[in-house]
Amino acid sequence: MQSLTNRSKVVVNKEMSFGERLYLPAVFQGMWITLKHFVRALIKGPNTVRYPEEKRSFAPIWRGWHVLKRDEEGRERCTACGLCAVACPAEAITMVAAERQQGEEHLYREEKYAAVYEINMLRCIFCGLCEEACPKEAIFLTDRIVPADYVRQNFIFGKELLVEGIEPDKRIDVSKRQKHLTEKQAPPA
Amino acid sequence: MFLLFTTALLLEKSILVLALFTVTLGVAAYATLAERKVAAAMQDRVGPNRTGPFGLLQPIADGVKFFMKEDFMPNSAERWLYILAPGAFMFVACMTSAVIPWGTELTLFGRPVALQVADLNIGILYILGFTSLGVYGVMVGGWASNNKYSLYSAIRASAQMISYELAMGLALIAVVMLTGTLSLREMAEQQAGLNWNVWYQPLGFLIFFVCALAECNRAPFDMAECETELIGGYHTEYSSMKLGFFLFAEYINMFIACAVIAVVYFGGYNFPGLDPSWLGGLMGLVVMLAKTFFFIFVFMWIRWTLPRFRYDQLMQLGWKTLVPLAMVNMLLTGTFVLVFES
Amino acid sequence: MTLAVFLTLAIASIVFALLMVLTKNPVHSVIFLLLTFFAVAGQYVLLNAQFLAVVHIIVYAGAVMVLFLFVLMLLNLNTEAEPRQTARWKLAAALVSGMLMLTLVGTLRAGAALPIPENTDPHVGLVQNLGKVLFTDFVVPFEMAGILFLAAMVGAVLLAKREIR
Repeated sequence: MQSLTNRSKVVVNKEMSFGERLYLPAVFQGMWITLKHFVRALIKGPNTVRYPEEKRSFAPIWRGWHVLKRDEEGRERCTACGLCAVACPAEAITMVAAERQQGEEHLYREEKYAAVYEINMLRCIFCGLCEEACPKEAIFLTDRIVPADYVRQNFIFGKELLVEGIEPDKRIDVSKRQKHLTEKQAPPA
Repeated sequence: MFLLFTTALLLEKSILVLALFTVTLGVAAYATLAERKVAAAMQDRVGPNRTGPFGLLQPIADGVKFFMKEDFMPNSAERWLYILAPGAFMFVACMTSAVIPWGTELTLFGRPVALQVADLNIGILYILGFTSLGVYGVMVGGWASNNKYSLYSAIRASAQMISYELAMGLALIAVVMLTGTLSLREMAEQQAGLNWNVWYQPLGFLIFFVCALAECNRAPFDMAECETELIGGYHTEYSSMKLGFFLFAEYINMFIACAVIAVVYFGGYNFPGLDPSWLGGLMGLVVMLAKTFFFIFVFMWIRWTLPRFRYDQLMQLGWKTLVPLAMVNMLLTGTFVLVFES
Repeated sequence: MTLAVFLTLAIASIVFALLMVLTKNPVHSVIFLLLTFFAVAGQYVLLNAQFLAVVHIIVYAGAVMVLFLFVLMLLNLNTEAEPRQTARWKLAAALVSGMLMLTLVGTLRAGAALPIPENTDPHVGLVQNLGKVLFTDFVVPFEMAGILFLAAMVGAVLLAKREIR
C-alpha cells in the first residue's frame, strides 16, 4: 500500500545494539526536541489562540445560529412560504403564517408573514438546506455559535432569537455567506 | 563578652533559619508555577496567565484554594498516622536545607557570617539520612489512607527509595574519596574557580543525578504517584492542605536536591573571579542560586520529555545498571586517588 | 542543660520503646521504634558522635525500618487472620523472654563492675578519628565486614539477574 506521508517507519523487533541499550542518545534526542520547542515558544510565542480575548475567524462555509434577515428598510423578509420547513431534513422548523394588517407595512415586506417561526436547535443539523430553499433570501446560517443550556425548552429558538434587530448596528452581516452561496449555486464556468 | 557573642550567634542563626525557610518555601511555591510555565512552553502553550501578570499570583491562588477546600478524611483511615504523614514529609523536606552552604562568609556588622545554618562535619551524610527519611511520609500516608492504590504507591516508593539510595551513596563515596571530606562547606571551598568535581566525576554525576530524580519522585521515576495507574498514589485520599503539604514538600525536595547537586558537583557558590569582598560574597550567593535554578529547570525539562518507567525497568536500572556502574566509578576513583596522590 | 537534654532523650527512648512493645498494631510499633531510634541518635549527638548518629539514622531508620514497614504492608493485618495464641504458646514465649531478660540483667551486673572509661578526648567520635581507628586498629574486621556487605549486594544483583540460557 502506498503511504500517504513519507514519515511512516517499519517497526522492527530486532535486538538493540549497545548504543541503543544505553538509552542516553535517545534521551538526549528527545530532550533536544523539547528544548527546541521551549526556545521557539520563548522567542516566537506559543502556537495557541487565547480564546476569550482572541477569536479565530470563521471559515465562510461555517454554519451556525440562524438569522432571519430584514431588508434595507427594516422589514422582515420572510413570507412564511414554508419551503425551509419542507427542505429541512431534520424537521426542525415550524411556523405559523399570518396576514399583514393595515399599518404594518413597515414591519413585513410581503402580504403574508410568519407570526411564529421556531427552530429547534437540538434537532437542527446545521446543513444549510433552509437557506438554499429560501426564495426570499430571508434565512441565513451565521458564524455565531448556539450557546449551551441546561433546559431542553430553551433550545427552541423563536423569532426573538432569530430575527435580526432593526437598528443598523444590530444587523447581522451575512455577506460572506451570501457570496459563498452564490458561488456554490453558480460554479465558475 | 561570651554571653554577647552567643546571643549574637543565636540571633544570626535564627535570622538565617528564618530567611532560609522563607526562601525555600518561596522557591517551592514559584517552582510550581515555573513547572507549569516550562511545560507550557515545551508544548507550545501559554501556561497559567489569568492570576496577575504572567500568572505570577498563581501560587498564592493555589495556596488559598488549598486552605479553603474541604478537609476530607476517609472513614476507614488510620486517623493519627493519616494526619501525621504530610507533616512528617514536609518536616523532613525542610530539614535538609540546613547544611547547604549558600555562599562564602560575608562580613556583616564587623563579624563573619556564614551563609549556612550548620556546618556539620558530616554534612553529606546528614542529607543522605534525611532524604532516606523522606519515604516515611509517603509510606505512612499511603498505608494510613486504607486505599489499595495508596498502598501500592507506598510499597513502590519504599522499594524505589532504598534501591536508589544505594547507588546514590556509592556515587557520593567517590566524591568523598576525591575531596577527603564529608563537610559540604569544605567540598565547596575545594572547588574554587572552575575546579569543579564534575570534571573528575562525570559518571558519578550522571549516577547521582539519576538517583536524585528518583529520590525526588520526579518523572520519569514518579512511580509512587503515577496518575495513570495509581490515580495519584499515596495522596489519592488526601485533600485540602494535607494534599498541599505533600505536593509542596516535593518541590522543596527538588530544590534541595538541585542545591546539593550544585554544591557537590558544580562548585556551589564558586565562579571564576570570586573575591572575598562583600560584593563577591553576594555574587557567590547569586551564582549558587543560579546553578540551583538551572538544575530545577533540567528536572522539569526531563519531566516534560521522558515517559515514565515501568516498575521492573526502574528496578533493573537501579540494581543492574546504576549500582555496578557506581562501584566501577568508585574503583576507578580509588585508583586515581592512589596513583596521583602518592 | 546537657543533663536536661539527656534526661528528655532517655525518658523518650524508654517510653517509645515501651509503646513499641505494648501497641497492638504492628505499623504503630514500627513508628514507635523509629522514634526510639531518633532518641538514641540524639544521645549519640550528645556524646559528640555525629557520624554514628547519622549513620544510625541512615541505616536503621532509613533502610531497615523501611524494609520492616514494607513487609508489614504486604501482610494481611486482619484480626481474624491472626494466629491463635493458646496458653502453651504464651507460656513458651514468657519463658524465652524471661531467659533473655535474665541474661541481660546478668550482663549488666557484670558490666557494672567494670571501670567507666574517663573520656578525656571529646573528639573521639568525629569522622577523622573514627576513620583512623577503623583503618588502623580494626582494619581486618572492618574490611571483612565491608567484603561481606559487598558480597551480599553483588549476590542480590545476581539473584535478580535472569537465568542465562
